[in-house]
Amino acid sequence: MTVAADNGGASRRDDDARHAAEKLLHPVLSAHWDEPDSYSLDAYRRHEGYAAVPKALAMDPDDLIAYVKEAGLRGRGGAGFPTGMKWQFIPQGDGKPHYLVVNADESEPGTCKDIPLLFANPHALIEGIIIACHAIRSAHAFIYLRGEVVPVLRRLHEAVREAYAAGFLGKDALGPGKDLELTVHAGAGAYICGEETALLDSLEGRRGQPRLRPPFPAVAGLYACPTVVNNVESIASVPALVLHGKDWFRSMGSEKSPGFTLYSLSGHVARPGQYEGPLGLTLRQLLEMSGGMRPGHRLKFWTPGGSSTPMLTDEHLDVPLDYEGVGEAGSMLGTKALQCFDETTCVVRAVTRWTEFYAHESCGKCTPCREGTYWLVQLLRDIDAGKAHAADLEKIADIADNINGKSFCALGDGAAAPIASSLKFFREEYEAHLCGRGCPFDPAKSTAWADKPNSAHLEVNA
Amino acid sequence: MSGQPTEAVDIGIPQMPAPDYPAEVRERLERDAREIIGRYPDSRSALLPLLHLVQAEEGYVTATGQRFCAEMLDLSTAEVNGVATFYTMYRRKPSGDYQVGVCTNTLCAVMGGDAIHERLRDHLGVGDGETTPDGKVTLEHVECNAACDFAPVVMVNWEFFDNQTPESACALVDDLRAGRQVAPTRGAPLCTFQETARILAGFPDERRDAVDASGSAGPASLAGLRLAKGETPPGPGVVSPRSAAADEEGE
Repeated sequence: MTVAADNGGASRRDDDARHAAEKLLHPVLSAHWDEPDSYSLDAYRRHEGYAAVPKALAMDPDDLIAYVKEAGLRGRGGAGFPTGMKWQFIPQGDGKPHYLVVNADESEPGTCKDIPLLFANPHALIEGIIIACHAIRSAHAFIYLRGEVVPVLRRLHEAVREAYAAGFLGKDALGPGKDLELTVHAGAGAYICGEETALLDSLEGRRGQPRLRPPFPAVAGLYACPTVVNNVESIASVPALVLHGKDWFRSMGSEKSPGFTLYSLSGHVARPGQYEGPLGLTLRQLLEMSGGMRPGHRLKFWTPGGSSTPMLTDEHLDVPLDYEGVGEAGSMLGTKALQCFDETTCVVRAVTRWTEFYAHESCGKCTPCREGTYWLVQLLRDIDAGKAHAADLEKIADIADNINGKSFCALGDGAAAPIASSLKFFREEYEAHLCGRGCPFDPAKSTAWADKPNSAHLEVNA
Repeated sequence: MSGQPTEAVDIGIPQMPAPDYPAEVRERLERDAREIIGRYPDSRSALLPLLHLVQAEEGYVTATGQRFCAEMLDLSTAEVNGVATFYTMYRRKPSGDYQVGVCTNTLCAVMGGDAIHERLRDHLGVGDGETTPDGKVTLEHVECNAACDFAPVVMVNWEFFDNQTPESACALVDDLRAGRQVAPTRGAPLCTFQETARILAGFPDERRDAVDASGSAGPASLAGLRLAKGETPPGPGVVSPRSAAADEEGE
C-alpha cells in the first residue's frame, strides 16, 4: 500500500515534508502570485517591481552583459545556453537596429511554466525586457506569444499598457534619447514557431519554418538584423538577478547550473502544479514534499523537460534536475516539465500520441522529419492495435535513428526521443502488443477520475 | 451547342480575383490594418495579426480576407494563402460561435481527454472538426496548451476550462448551446470566436474587468508557493514512489 495517511507516522511525515518544502523551495518569480491582483503594476511594485531597472540602467551595457554572464544564468527554454553569452554575440557599433524577441510560444507537450508566469506576473517579463534591451542596445522588443492563450494575451496587453503609462516603456525609457518600444505579437498555432529561427520567420509574416544557420540570429535575425531570442522565464529571471546580485543568484543551484527555476509537476501526481526552487532538486524531493503519486499508485515513467526529452523511470528519481545531472542520466533538462505517469499508463499509447503530435507539427521543410514522423505514426498505430510484428520494433528504432540528428532542426530530435527512450526501458511492453495481442491496458484506469467513487459508469475507449 | 451558355464546372478552385469587402467594411478594416502595420518596422510582420483581423470579420479566413491582406501588405494572394494555410488557428470554412477544443495530447489524453472528446462527439452528434447544426459549437481536438498541471483541459475560444470530466464538458456545451453565460476557470467570460479573433489581432479586450476575471492564478499554479509558505499540508501522506514500488513488488 502506498497510502500512509492512517498510520501513526503520518503526522511526523507531514511535518518532515512541510519542513522540506519550506527549506527546498524558493519562490522568486512566483512569490506573490497568491495576491488577488498579482498581475498588476501596483502589485508588482509592492514586491520590488521595476527596482532593478535604475540599477541596470546605471551600468554600462557591456558590464551588464558580463554581470549576467558571471551570474551563470542559462536559458530556461530547453537548451540551457548561457543568456549573457547570447547577449554578448550581438555585434556592437554596427549601425543596424538590434532586436530582442521573447519566445513565449510555449507549446512543448508537458510544458506549462511560462503561461502561468505571464498570467500571474507579466511585469517580471517586461522589466527583464527593459534590462535586456539596455544590455544589447535595442530600441524595439517583441513578445511572440502563442495565440491559443487569450487570457494571457489579455494580461500582457494590459501590462504593456500600464508600463507605457508609467514611463517604463516608450520615450526615453532607457535614458535620455533612448526610447524602447515593445510589441505583443500573437501567433496562430504552430509548435515549430518555438524554434527560434522559425519564430523569426513567423514574426516576419511567413510560414514558420526554421532557417539555415549560420548566419545565427545574433548576426542576422529579425529583418536580417542582430537579434537575441530568449525564453520568457530566462528574461523574467533577470530583474531578480540584477536586484539581489550574482552572489545571491549563485547561492542557489550548482556551479554550472546556478539560480532558481520553475518546475512543473503534472500527470498522476497527488498535487500537480508549479514549484519554484533552485536548480538541482530531484523528482523524489518534489514528489515527497507535494504528496507523491496519486494514492495507491507508483511512478512508471516521466519526462524531465517535455516530450522531446528522453523519458526516465523510477530509477532516476534521484537525478539532480539541472543541465548536467539530467544530461548524465541520458536525457535533457529541457523545460523542467515533469510529466509523471503511473503504472496504469500504456507507454505505447503515450509514445504513439506524442508521435502523432510531431507528425502534425512537422513543418515539412526537411525530408527525414516530414517523412519519418509520418511513417512512425503508421507503424506505432499498428503496434498499438496489435497488428505489428517484432521486425516493426526494429523499424521504428531505425526510422527514429534516421530522424535524430539528421533533421533540419531540433523538432526531429524531439520526435525520436520518446521512441528511442521508451524502447530502451519498455521494450517488453511493446512486445506484449505484437502479433494480434493489442494493448493490455485499460485506459479508464488512467483517468483523473478513475479512483474516485461513482466513476464506474465512465467508460473510455481510447 | 453554340449560342447556349456553357455551364461552369466547379472543380474547387475559388473564383479569382476574390470579391472585395463592401466599401464601408473595407474602410473600417483599413483603419484597423494601418494601426496594426504601424506596430512593426516591416509591414509584412503584420500578416498574422491581419489574418486574425479578417477572421474576426467573417469567422474564418475567406478569399476576400486574403485579398484584403495581400493588398494591404503588397503581397500576392498566393503568398497570403501560403501563410494562412500553415497555421492551425486560421479556419478555412465557416464554423461555430464557440470552438470547443479538447486537449488530446498525451498527458491530457491519458488523464481523460480522450474520454471527454469521445463523450462530446456522442453528446453533440458531430465528428472532430464539425459544427453542431445550430452553428453554436465546433468540436476539435487540440494539442498541448501549456496547462498540463490542470489536466484534462478543454479550451473554449482559447479560454481555459481546467480539470474537466466528461460530465462537466457536456454541461459546458449544453450551456453554450442554450446561450447561457459561461465563465472559464482561467480567463474572462466567453465572447464569440469572432470577438476573440479581434483580441488576437492585437486589439485589447474592451470589456471592463475582463483582465481581472478569474483571479491572479489557478490553484495548481499556487501549489508550490503555498507549500513553501507553510500554508498547506504536504499532500495526503503518500510515501515516496520508490519505497512504494518496493513494498508492492516485494523487492
